[in-house]
Amino acid sequence: MSINTTAWLVLAFPLAGTILIALGRPVLSGRKAGVLGTLAIFLSFLSALVTCLKLEDRPEESRQFVVSLWDYAVTSDLNAKFSILIDPLAMVMILVVTGVSTLIHLYATGYMASDKGYVRFFAYLNFFVFSMLMLVLAANFIFLIIGWGLVGAASYLLISFWYRRKTATKAGIKAFVINVVGDVGLVLGAIIIINQTGTVDLLGSFAKAPQVFSHDGTTIVAGCLLLLVGAFAKSAQVPFHTWLPDAMEGPTPVSALIHAATMVTAGVYLIARMHPLFEIAPTAANTGAVIGCLTLVIAATIAIVVTDLKRVIAYSTMSQIGYMIMAVCVGGYAAGMFHLITHAFFKALLFMAAGSVISAMAGEQNLNRMGGFRKSMPITYACFIVGGLALSGIPPFSGYFSKDDILYVVGAQGGWHWALYAAGYAGALLTAIYTFRMIFRAFHGEPCEEAKSLESGRIFHAEEHRNPGDGTLETTEVGYPGAKHHIAERTAGMAISMFLLAVLATVGGVIQLPDVSWGLDRFLEPSFVGAKVLPTNHALEIFGLVFGALIGLSGIATAWFIWIKRPGTSARIEQRLPAAHRLFVNKWFFDEAINAVFVKPFAAIGRFGERTFDRVVIDSAITGGSLSLVRISSAAVRSLQNGMLRGYIAAVVVGTTLVTLYFLLQS
Amino acid sequence: MGIAWYLAVSALIFAIGIGGVLTKRNPIVILLCLELTLNAGNLALVAFARMWGNADGQIFALIVMVVAACEVTVGLGLIVALHRRGLKVDVDELEELRG
Repeated sequence: MSINTTAWLVLAFPLAGTILIALGRPVLSGRKAGVLGTLAIFLSFLSALVTCLKLEDRPEESRQFVVSLWDYAVTSDLNAKFSILIDPLAMVMILVVTGVSTLIHLYATGYMASDKGYVRFFAYLNFFVFSMLMLVLAANFIFLIIGWGLVGAASYLLISFWYRRKTATKAGIKAFVINVVGDVGLVLGAIIIINQTGTVDLLGSFAKAPQVFSHDGTTIVAGCLLLLVGAFAKSAQVPFHTWLPDAMEGPTPVSALIHAATMVTAGVYLIARMHPLFEIAPTAANTGAVIGCLTLVIAATIAIVVTDLKRVIAYSTMSQIGYMIMAVCVGGYAAGMFHLITHAFFKALLFMAAGSVISAMAGEQNLNRMGGFRKSMPITYACFIVGGLALSGIPPFSGYFSKDDILYVVGAQGGWHWALYAAGYAGALLTAIYTFRMIFRAFHGEPCEEAKSLESGRIFHAEEHRNPGDGTLETTEVGYPGAKHHIAERTAGMAISMFLLAVLATVGGVIQLPDVSWGLDRFLEPSFVGAKVLPTNHALEIFGLVFGALIGLSGIATAWFIWIKRPGTSARIEQRLPAAHRLFVNKWFFDEAINAVFVKPFAAIGRFGERTFDRVVIDSAITGGSLSLVRISSAAVRSLQNGMLRGYIAAVVVGTTLVTLYFLLQS
Repeated sequence: MGIAWYLAVSALIFAIGIGGVLTKRNPIVILLCLELTLNAGNLALVAFARMWGNADGQIFALIVMVVAACEVTVGLGLIVALHRRGLKVDVDELEELRG
């Protein structure tokens, strides 16, 4: 098989999986849907692997090319083909997406086993993977936008998967609306670029961009800022981030797949893909770097005070994506992609392990109620430690290398980038603290009731179903857990996927060892030909490696001191800094601000319009008017239908006679 | 004998048939009168065929007879069904299709 075929197969398998599962719903009993879904993604992963190996066989200058399947829209000015762009950057993305997806599908076969929407879940999940691959492989703006929209739709479907839960449907709508704001930004940005370069092809417009755009000119800066809006909404960056914590209403495998490993990193991919444009527009790129930096600090501060286990990891995801956005915006594309890869591993791992804890708690996600799971769930504990160490940046775990790579790239540029560099390390310290706060509170200390019952061999089942978000009673049996549920580490498939991710999170750093291999840098080079050359600073690199490790360790030590050594410390800090605590607990008041600035005025305008225009013009004049017109005329016609056979015959006879007479007189 | 006489007879039978359809209330009589109108048409067709020395009109008349036979079958079937259901066999009473 040629490389073209295998690349198309990457897309074809998830699509086939979606269709088969969705249509085969009546016959897919038991776990067949899960097996089918996992198999489809696994085959897609194998195709991606083969494609990647074949790409490596080609000479370096021909490692970036477009394959078209058919024409999509061809007119005089527009030539959009259904085509995919194969290059190392896309390869990295499809390998991560399909690889991590395979493991998460495997995990979900167990996690969702007792759910009534099992088949639906896997149809959605396969659909998501297809959309994401389409977004990643798109060779022109049209299919990039289609994929971008479809992942948003898949995300909406999966967040509100438990559709009888009010909080879940609200969260789904919120995510969708904010994502649509981003979509609008992306589309407008793409229109500016297409309009100026005259082509929808990504490579074509990149090639033309330096000629048609002046360096840092208004047009290209506006276009890139609009693209950034799209990237920020998808990647949950300030101020478009408020949907991501709420998205945790979805099932845990969804959080692991979409809201940690793949979809939310689409913004990072977008900026890396559009790097020729962003390099012409340094103002936009710098804005992106500053926003990424702000997000990483803001999200880390919120993560320290949040008490919902999954939301802690969600804020951590925002924070880590802040690092990636910062990296790709200052030109460290390989560093950003490196962190994207390692983050996909350890964050998916953390979510899976969190799912294990949530099952043990029978759906409860509140950290305040957890404690002492260390003895009853040793594998989950180990996974949390591995993921936590990788997230905190402790050598030799993968996150250590990727985060230091980013901060080195940022710091080596000097000037105002030092501020980003310092903020990055502050964020790293906070990261270590909140990560181990979560671990210490869930796994150490006095075992809670659920942990004790698990230690004695019984899985805790809640007597009554409660919403983990707002604690309301649920009578509909929708939502996790069902009547019976599994604990991840005691179910083979789930344990295997957690183990594999733990291994990847540990050794993932080898793909890019500073000074030893720079493997990812070299692999990605064909995608970034002509990108700006970053300054190097060997001393800073060594300093960063040592300092990063120290920061991570001191963060863990701080967390240990606060939550293990002197358990009351956190309450004392809270009392000493009430203002900061209030700010963090209320998530920096972003939700309130967005509510006041956008939601409330728009709702008011809507209500005003409903009262005036809608009621008066639409309801009474247009709807009412046409309705009464139809009513009157139909009453007139109806009276003719009197049911008298002889009357009808008379009408026919008279009518035909008149017509005949008319024609006779005419001739 | 010219064609006018044939046509005059045909028109007379047609008028009798139409008159019956319009004035009678019993569906069987209405069917009979309908047959009259059809046969009036047949007579005209055959007369025209003879005038032109062409057999087409006669074939047409045969087809009309076949169609008339079918139509009577359906019509009588309906009347029998009406009778079996105990409905009144009177077209003025059968006015459910009133709008």
